[in-house]
Amino acid sequence: MFKLFWTSMHKFQKRSQILFLMLFFLCLFHSIAFCQKVDSKDLKGSWYDPTKTNVLVGILICIALLFFFIFYGKKKGNLFIREIAGLQAIDDAIGRATEMGKPILYSAGLGKMERVATMASMNILGSVAEKVAEYNTPLIFPNYDPVVMAVAQEVVKEGFTRAGHPEFYNPDNVFFVTQSQFGYVAAVDGIMVRQKPATNLFLGTFEAESLILAETGNSIGAIQIAGTDSTIQLSFFIVACDYTLIGEELFAASGYLTKDPMVLGSIKGQDYLKILIIILVLAGGILATFNSEFLRMLFP
Amino acid sequence: MRRQLPIIVCFVFGIFMLVQFFIPHRSFIFAYENVLDWMQIIYVFTLLVGVANYIKINSKKVSTKIKGWGYNLVALSGLLVMVILGFAQGTGEDTPFLWMFNHIQAPMQATMFSLLAFFVASAAYRGFRARSKEATILLLTAAVVMLGRVPIGNMIHSSIPDLANWILNFPSMAARRGILIGIGLGTISTSLRIILGIERTYLGRE
Repeated sequence: MFKLFWTSMHKFQKRSQILFLMLFFLCLFHSIAFCQKVDSKDLKGSWYDPTKTNVLVGILICIALLFFFIFYGKKKGNLFIREIAGLQAIDDAIGRATEMGKPILYSAGLGKMERVATMASMNILGSVAEKVAEYNTPLIFPNYDPVVMAVAQEVVKEGFTRAGHPEFYNPDNVFFVTQSQFGYVAAVDGIMVRQKPATNLFLGTFEAESLILAETGNSIGAIQIAGTDSTIQLSFFIVACDYTLIGEELFAASGYLTKDPMVLGSIKGQDYLKILIIILVLAGGILATFNSEFLRMLFP
Repeated sequence: MRRQLPIIVCFVFGIFMLVQFFIPHRSFIFAYENVLDWMQIIYVFTLLVGVANYIKINSKKVSTKIKGWGYNLVALSGLLVMVILGFAQGTGEDTPFLWMFNHIQAPMQATMFSLLAFFVASAAYRGFRARSKEATILLLTAAVVMLGRVPIGNMIHSSIPDLANWILNFPSMAARRGILIGIGLGTISTSLRIILGIERTYLGRE
């Protein structure tokens, strides 16, 4: 009994080291935040803006934790990541398109290359292209942004090369359409209605066009997998698509599909940051109940 | 070098963008504004790449007369007509270019946007079917929120608008914030991987 107690205490100590480290940073964060009584208007010419100290400490905590887990992932190898239904379904969706002899439509939406959701979409595109190349299934990718088009062409080409079938790559299938939001929708809807793709992948930045695209895809009977960083558009995708990547699942997709231990490590780091945020939310709720301003002062 | 150079550029500018946020010094503000200007200039050139690709793809389809080539011909004609009108008589008020924009392009865009109303109805019909316990809860919640947003809700019962507001401000907001926190953390993590060169699919992996 005593031995069991010490073993569990030892395990708890190991896991709680990270949380204690977080707590240390939090205390540091708090003490610095209370020192910042500077008007930002007086800061022109200064080399540091003390009113942003809380942001700096927050970013440092995030970076430190993510760094730790990236190297932890590299050292430990394959880390566990829970199943994501939408990403599991990509293989089936590609198989379905191959069996039906129909193309796969991929859209990154209206995002430009500087959007992280577009970057995440390109990471998924690499894996999709690799799988598509194995079956020689056409992958159609109409683009809203010429930079995204150039990157997508490169990513798809590399995917086909990795799969050992560079000869199957058709550059005409990754093309620029227009920079008009509803012009883009009209073009993609037209492609869907005329070419009837068996699978639609809507992964990236979407706005009002999300439901128009997803409903048109639904009307032609395509299996649809969607993911975006907009909480408003997520609800439309959930209703109209078969699978939806919610929130951070879009950003975790790269690690999930490639099983790169460093990427998986950073996803693990995200989970620990989430634990920290949950602790802060709970502590904030309790302190606010007792009229304490301690945590609120950190986020003026 | 083909991959190293973009990774170095990405690292330097990524770190610069992060650091400049905390430094209000004039030199950093100047450098930041300059970087934004470069972005605009580079972007204009990439548009040319987009237009060249547009002309190439559409011309190919028209010349080979593949199925639906008429649409490609309309697309090409639209591009050429707008360019010619813009260069010939400018893009200001009372020009053919602006007339074409206001009387052809804008109504077409409005038409596409209007489709959203019908698609919302069809999606709502599918989404709100009470097939399971969860779908029934969704249906009831949606009914309360919809009734709370229109005058008839208040006429049925005065507490319906308050209930609708409570649903939007507490359970719905809590879920949205949970998703937003996940998105925020995912964004930080992905950005860090890109800045450090761990994530390099966008360059084409080795």
